[in-house]
Amino acid sequence: MSTIITRRTLLAGAAATSVLPLTGARAQAPFGVGFVYVGPVGDHGWTWTHDQGRKAVEAAYGNKVKTSFIENVAEGPDAARAIRQLAQAGDKLIFTTSFGFMNPTIQVAKQFPKVFFEHATGYQRAENVATYNARFYEGRAVIGTIAGHMSKSGQAGYIASFPIPEVVMGINAFHLAAKKVNPNFKTKVIWASTWYDPAKEADAAKALIDQGCDIITQHTDSAAALQAAEQRGVYAFGQASDMKAFAPKAHLSAIVDDWSGYYVKRVKEAMDGSWKSGDVWGGIKDGMVKLAPYNDAVSPAARAAADELQKGIVSGTIHPFTGELKDQKGTLRLKAGETATDEVLSKMDWYVDGVQA
Amino acid sequence: MLEWRRRREPSKAMLYLSPLIAIGLTMLTGMLVFGAIGYDGLRAVTAIFITPLIEPQRWADLGVKAAPLIMIALGLAIGFRANVWNIGAEGQYVMGAIAGTGVALLTHDMTGWWILPAMALAGILGGAAYAAVPALLKVRLQVSEILTSLMLTYVAVQFLYYLVRGPWKDPDGFNFPQTKMFSGSQTLPAVAEGSLVHVGVPLAILLALIAWFVLSKTVAGYAVRVVGRAPAAARHGGFDANRVTWAVLLTGGGLAGLAGLLEAAGPFGQLTPQFPVGYGFTAIIVAFLGRLSPVGIVFGALVLAVTYVGGEIAQSTVRLPSAATGMFQALLLFFLLATDVLVRWRLAWKARPAKVAP
Repeated sequence: MSTIITRRTLLAGAAATSVLPLTGARAQAPFGVGFVYVGPVGDHGWTWTHDQGRKAVEAAYGNKVKTSFIENVAEGPDAARAIRQLAQAGDKLIFTTSFGFMNPTIQVAKQFPKVFFEHATGYQRAENVATYNARFYEGRAVIGTIAGHMSKSGQAGYIASFPIPEVVMGINAFHLAAKKVNPNFKTKVIWASTWYDPAKEADAAKALIDQGCDIITQHTDSAAALQAAEQRGVYAFGQASDMKAFAPKAHLSAIVDDWSGYYVKRVKEAMDGSWKSGDVWGGIKDGMVKLAPYNDAVSPAARAAADELQKGIVSGTIHPFTGELKDQKGTLRLKAGETATDEVLSKMDWYVDGVQA
Repeated sequence: MLEWRRRREPSKAMLYLSPLIAIGLTMLTGMLVFGAIGYDGLRAVTAIFITPLIEPQRWADLGVKAAPLIMIALGLAIGFRANVWNIGAEGQYVMGAIAGTGVALLTHDMTGWWILPAMALAGILGGAAYAAVPALLKVRLQVSEILTSLMLTYVAVQFLYYLVRGPWKDPDGFNFPQTKMFSGSQTLPAVAEGSLVHVGVPLAILLALIAWFVLSKTVAGYAVRVVGRAPAAARHGGFDANRVTWAVLLTGGGLAGLAGLLEAAGPFGQLTPQFPVGYGFTAIIVAFLGRLSPVGIVFGALVLAVTYVGGEIAQSTVRLPSAATGMFQALLLFFLLATDVLVRWRLAWKARPAKVAP
């Protein structure tokens, strides 16, 4: 009996032979992890710290993972395309590291239900979309304490980006800590309306120094304000990463973001199948927020106070937002002894007394 | 020795060949430059220029990216042909989106088929009204439209910032600078269920066909070309240059405004400060790459869309920096302007100097 080879069996045979080497390759294929960055990686600041996290993942898992990233992605539809591209390229876990990637992340996550997504600083989650953020306000309280000790004029200048809860709580945390040291402390805010614009940030720093501020701090990403402070002989703090190299004299310390631990842990969970959606908000205790080494200029009293505050935050005995707390209009926001819940923090849209925003 | 010789007539062949030569030179230069600084130059250029075209899943991205470029470039090309240099399409694009969003916010609690057309109409009128300012200044006071349209772009962007941070801020948006998300009746439908391609993409192609018809087959199109090429002849022929100026600026503004509204009601679904991404400026490259002809513009927009989409592929696969996309686009414009010399000039072997008789 002769075998009749139909087109269908032929096709099936061809499909089978072509599938075999593919599945063989897939068994050894590294686990794809993608990152979408809002800025260029550069050598300091927000995006750089996320890229350090990516490198930590590579260092931890070597050939088992393959990381890739797309930098300088505009917030909006372009982000959706970038995220989709990583998912289509086979990445199984994708970190999107800017608030403005929230809607695009949720949108793309719907199209790729088997891919896990992690969105930094957002509030929308899904079955396959987790959110994570760091309690930067704890770091703000530490540098606020140092500022209270180190400022002679009792005035700090604060270069802020956008009046979103994240930024507002940072301003309040900084000011409250400084006010504890110096009850007459003033914090002057300039809105740069950008996350990254060295020229604007430098101009804002100069304007604040002209108004009598002798401490500059910022919620924007470039080192321009530090350089302006260095030139004019006042103090400043680094943002997101240690920026001492830009201003050796002015740089008192910096709030350092460290995503490595979180990224390494989440990649492992995604690889072994235990990954679950959720919301992580880690602080100094979790190692997500760190303080850069203090400058030699920081006085012993300031060091002691800053270290004590860090210890208190880690052990849980001190919360940077503890009542009694009134806002600028005199409304009672926290009763005596009460600490702010995460919900109060994540919706904060009021300023404490003494902030000039 | 080679030398340049002026052609008797501009070369038709070169007119269409020079964009292709420019694309080829861009790829070659990019390959050499990125190869020289340690990347795999061939893979980089392949990722940017070829991969988006051969991977079907990228086609939707290309269409979505090309659609606003096509619409804006059509309007610009009509103006450029009439020697009217509207550089401020970006501002008209933003103003169109703002006007359309105004309708969206007013009708947020309503439903109905008429809402999207009303938004589109508002977008067209918004863009056209914004282009009327440079038109008025040019016709009445002979102020250069290059300056006024360009500077008005920054005004439009600041106005957008004011609206999304002030009166139009989403009350449920945690103080983030953004408007409410548009409702279902206010969002562009996709051409097919689950597709990324919204109806703005086929609309852009349709508009290109209409523009081609108007420019090449009607008296109005003829008037535009004559006013642009031979103003004196146009005056003798009874064509009113001022009327043409008005018409091309309003058309260009209206098309840019429509593109803005479609982008707001399509991929964005709301207005945010990140809304202006420079389509209005990129469309200038598209218009010239397409030789100011509507059909050419469709291809020109596709080439630019390829560089955007491919630039991201090159980042994640070859680890090219994001600045590479901008570099390739700039190279493209540079080589395009350079190779345009070939339209009017040609290279020829220098004739040997005649020997002097002894």
